[in-house]
Amino acid sequence: MSVQSWTFLLVAASFTLYIGIAVWSRATSTKDFYVAGTGVSPLANGMATAADWMSAASFISMAGLISFMGYDGAVYLMGWTGGYVLLALLLAPYLRKFGAFTVPDFVGDRYYSQTARIVAVVCAIFVSFTYVAGQMRGVGVVFSRFLEVDVNVGVYIGMAIVFFYAVLGGMKGITYTQVAQYCVLIFAYLVPAIFLSLLITGNPVPQLGFGDIDQASGISLLERLNGLHQELGFSEYTSGTKSSLDVFFITAALMVGTAGLPHVIIRFYTVPRVRDARLSVGWALIFIALLYTTAPAVAVFARTNLINSVSEVPYAQVPEWFTTWEGTGLLSFEDLNGDGRIQFVGPDAPTANELTVDNDIMVLANPEIAGLPNWVIGLVAAGGLAAALSTAAGLLLVVSSAVSHDLLKRSFMPEITERGELVAARISAGAAVLVAGYLGINPPGFVAQVVAFAFGLAAASFFPVIILGIFSKRTTREGAILGMVSGITLTAAYIAYFTLLHPELNNADNWWFGISPQGIGTVGMLLNFAITLTVSRFTPEPPPEVQQLVEMIRVPKGAGAVHEIST
Amino acid sequence: MSEQPSQGSADYGPDSSTRARATEYWRRNIRYVGMLLIVWFVVSYGFGIIAVEPLDTVTVPGTGFPLGFWFAQQGAIYVFVVLIFVYVFLMNRLDREFDLREEDDV
Repeated sequence: MSVQSWTFLLVAASFTLYIGIAVWSRATSTKDFYVAGTGVSPLANGMATAADWMSAASFISMAGLISFMGYDGAVYLMGWTGGYVLLALLLAPYLRKFGAFTVPDFVGDRYYSQTARIVAVVCAIFVSFTYVAGQMRGVGVVFSRFLEVDVNVGVYIGMAIVFFYAVLGGMKGITYTQVAQYCVLIFAYLVPAIFLSLLITGNPVPQLGFGDIDQASGISLLERLNGLHQELGFSEYTSGTKSSLDVFFITAALMVGTAGLPHVIIRFYTVPRVRDARLSVGWALIFIALLYTTAPAVAVFARTNLINSVSEVPYAQVPEWFTTWEGTGLLSFEDLNGDGRIQFVGPDAPTANELTVDNDIMVLANPEIAGLPNWVIGLVAAGGLAAALSTAAGLLLVVSSAVSHDLLKRSFMPEITERGELVAARISAGAAVLVAGYLGINPPGFVAQVVAFAFGLAAASFFPVIILGIFSKRTTREGAILGMVSGITLTAAYIAYFTLLHPELNNADNWWFGISPQGIGTVGMLLNFAITLTVSRFTPEPPPEVQQLVEMIRVPKGAGAVHEIST
Repeated sequence: MSEQPSQGSADYGPDSSTRARATEYWRRNIRYVGMLLIVWFVVSYGFGIIAVEPLDTVTVPGTGFPLGFWFAQQGAIYVFVVLIFVYVFLMNRLDREFDLREEDDV
């Protein structure tokens, strides 16, 4: 069977599965819709969290980025996993005990303030939409490359699927669909990685394989790759080019941003008990680590394969995949010295580089470059779609609950009925899908830069306020609001200055202490902590019932009391 | 909404011995979290970033991995997973010790 038939078959089969699950797990109450009736097992929630968290960026782009960045790619690997330690130890159990439906719910109640609630709603919606636009675009790219339909048609199909199960099933439908999507995406990621590892090193475990002996040359694969890099004028693969300070700040911003992202936090509201919330973060990280420890291996295999299959090859004899990807514009060759051969070289080489390769094609093209069977290529397409759709659905739910629960029920229409709130939740989920689809079809020119906002904002706004809300009883409303606003403002202004207003100044010479816009979220977070703590000291202490609330969330017993639905 | 947090405080008695026990429970919790976060910091920021160059002079035995590179791209992630499960174990033990374990029949 051809690649295209396999892709159609696997994508159609996986979509049928998602729709079947959505029909089976419809939401019947707002509690089902927002937190899946708090009846999700820690294991299932861990899997759903992993699918929710790992987006098109993790699945499609990350290994490609790492293969271009070498050691520096560690900022993503550690940054996007280390945040789960913070979630488990500092946030998830307490937020579960608190028993809210949304993140702004916690902020509003803990800081006894509508203003704080509204600030949190605005942050949650902004962060989520920024993120979701990228997901819909990812869906479109996969469709257009593998099914040869127009990118926009791909986005419409993706919207229809997400619309169906997010609007119908709410958190309950999303959770069980995400469990299925995790299985699809991890299988699709591991199969080609294992194939590649066997081909290149003979070791079936990719995590060990990329530190093993390269069968073609008889020396260690990393040593071989470092050698190739030196020969071609790239910097050594296993050492970085970024300054240690910048690596430090970017890693911290990504870690803290992860722990502050509303669609991740909200997942830990769905389990029955506090101890399930703790355990569930552990499961989530195991499932995430399975992909994240494979990604650097894939990066090394892809890099080696790419260099071996194109370097100094006459353009007339390029393999078939080369021509297919040239057609998408993501790969391009310009014969600058007119010798008819491809010079793929780094900045330190005497000759000019003639090949431009987009990061995003490394994972998708990898199976083709290595000549793997057609079904593996179809599987990768289905996996990429699973990753993009699961994240999009989780984000849309945050937007929908922020509108129907935080804005309507808790702020402007407190008398709304349960039935009315559920209808409002479905309508806002539907509207959010339409907006996301619009952003996917007409991406703002600066989408790539704006994604940096999501982490920076989450790190600089939610994280300090939630942590202090739990760990410091003395933190006041005034402190929290000023802290959130100043953290966001600083971070947003720094990113906007360097990426939107003055992109020409965006280099280490102009950055504060060499901290790139990607790492500024860490500075915003520190500022937020400093301001919240200082202002809290000079403002009247929180009312006694709020202090009692904080004491209550610190002990686990009692969270089970609020359940109506059993597992 | 039927489940506002104030309801949960029913389990948290106002008498001083319960309060003292809750304070002690919290103190132990903070100590565990502090210890685990030190390890978290050392393996990622310490071994993976700050000390990466000296560690890279050593190769992980039996493999081709420079040690610092391995921590940054593999080791730190494994340690993160272990840390969360150690925390789960310690906290479950602490919950039982202070009789704060939640009922099973949810």
